[in-house]
Amino acid sequence: MAKVITAAEAAAMVKDGDTILVGGFLGIGSPGTIIDEMVAANVKDLTLICNDTAFPDKMVGKMIVNKQFKKIIVSHIGTNKETGRQMTAGELDVELNPQGTLAERIRNGGIGVGAFYTPTGVGTPVAEGKEVRVFNGREMLLEMAIKGKVAFLKAAKGDKYGNLRYHATGMNFNPVMAFAGETVVAEVDELVDFLDPDDVHTPGVLVDYIVRRGR
Amino acid sequence: MDLREAIGRRGAKMFKSGMLVNLGIGMPTILANYLPADVDLVFQSENGVIRFGPKPEEGYEDPYLTNAGAVPLTVMQGGCYFDSATSFGLIRGGHVDATVLGVLEVDEKGNLANYMVPGKLVPGMGGAMDLVTGAKMVVAVTEHTDKSGAPKILKQCKLPLTGKQVVHWILSELALIQVTPEGLVLREIAPDTTVEEVVAKTEAALIIPPEGVKTIEY
Repeated sequence: MAKVITAAEAAAMVKDGDTILVGGFLGIGSPGTIIDEMVAANVKDLTLICNDTAFPDKMVGKMIVNKQFKKIIVSHIGTNKETGRQMTAGELDVELNPQGTLAERIRNGGIGVGAFYTPTGVGTPVAEGKEVRVFNGREMLLEMAIKGKVAFLKAAKGDKYGNLRYHATGMNFNPVMAFAGETVVAEVDELVDFLDPDDVHTPGVLVDYIVRRGR
Repeated sequence: MDLREAIGRRGAKMFKSGMLVNLGIGMPTILANYLPADVDLVFQSENGVIRFGPKPEEGYEDPYLTNAGAVPLTVMQGGCYFDSATSFGLIRGGHVDATVLGVLEVDEKGNLANYMVPGKLVPGMGGAMDLVTGAKMVVAVTEHTDKSGAPKILKQCKLPLTGKQVVHWILSELALIQVTPEGLVLREIAPDTTVEEVVAKTEAALIIPPEGVKTIEY
C-alpha cells in the first residue's frame, strides 16, 4: 500500500545536497504541487535529474530561478534563460546528455544494470572521456546508470496500492524514474480505490507515497 | 516562392507512404505543410506520441498532450503514447524511417553541427543526437548560406558535432545534395539558379554526376 501524504510532507523528504529525479517534459507531466512545496522549503545544493529545466515560471524551472541546484543532469536547457545564465556565470554545473541516453541511464539505474554501450554521441563532445568499443562494426560509448534519493512523478490516476496511470505525453520520463528513486513519490490528479490491472502503467509496488494534486 | 516554401515543397517529396517520420523543431516542420495528397506518413514526436494531429481549437487543448516544443496537439485514430525510454528505443533502434533536422553547419563527410555555439548558444541537444544516430534517413535542411552570405555546407564542420557521418541528404533553397562515401553529389538545383552559382556558394567540393543535375520540381 502506498501512503497518502501532503505535498509539504513530500517536499520535506528532500535534504540539502540530495539528488532528486523529477518527471516531466518541458513541465508537462511534472508534479507541480510538490515542486511548489520544494520551492517554499528552499532546500539547496540539490542535484536534479530531469529531461529539461522547463520555463522560468513553470515546474522545475521555478527551482532553477530559486537557485536550489548545484548540478543538473538534463538533455535541454534552451527554454529557461536563467539556467543558461547560471551556467555561464559558473553558479550551476550543467551536464547535458542526449535525451535517449538520459532516459536509458535512468532506466538502467532502476533495473539493476550498471552501464551500457550506445552509438549516440560518438564523435561529439558527449564522447569526451568515455570508453569507446566496437560492436557489430559500430563504435559505441560506455554510459553509466544513474539513480537518485527521491523520485517525484506525476500521473493522471493513482490508486491506494500505488498503481499509476499516466495520460498522453504526460507519461514521458515518469515510468523509468519510478524505478530509479530510493524513495518514490507520485502526485496524482485523481486518487481512486483501485485501478483495473490492465490499465496500470507503473506497478504500485514501486511507489511509496501518493500526493493529491493541489488546485 | 520564399526559402521556407522551396525547402518545404521539395522536402515533402522525399518520403513514401507509411514511413515513420520525426521532424525537428523549426524549419523541418514546414515539410508537413506540403505533403502530396497521396502520401500518408506516420509522425512521431519524441516526447511520446505517434500519429498526432493538428493543433486543437482554442479551448480544447489537453494540458497533457503536446509536441516536443510544448505546443498542444491532437491525436488521431491509430495513435499511441509511450514513455521516453520506449520513444528513444524506437529512434536509436532504427525503427524511425526518416528525420529532418536544421543545420548550423554540415560538411562533406555528412557530419552535422546543429546544437551549440560554444559561449553563445548552449540550449542542449535534446533528442537530436539520438535521431541522427538512429533514423534510417537523415535529411539536413538549411539556408544555403548564412545571413552574411558565408557557406553553411563546409569541407569540415568547426562547431561541436551533433553526429559524425550521419547525414544522407542536404536540402537548401538552391539544391538537393546526396552524401555518399565519395563525397557530396549535386543531384538537383532550383529552377532559378545554376550549377556554377551552387558550387560558388558551397565550400565543400560538389561532385557533378555523369547523368547530370536535375531541376527541382515543386
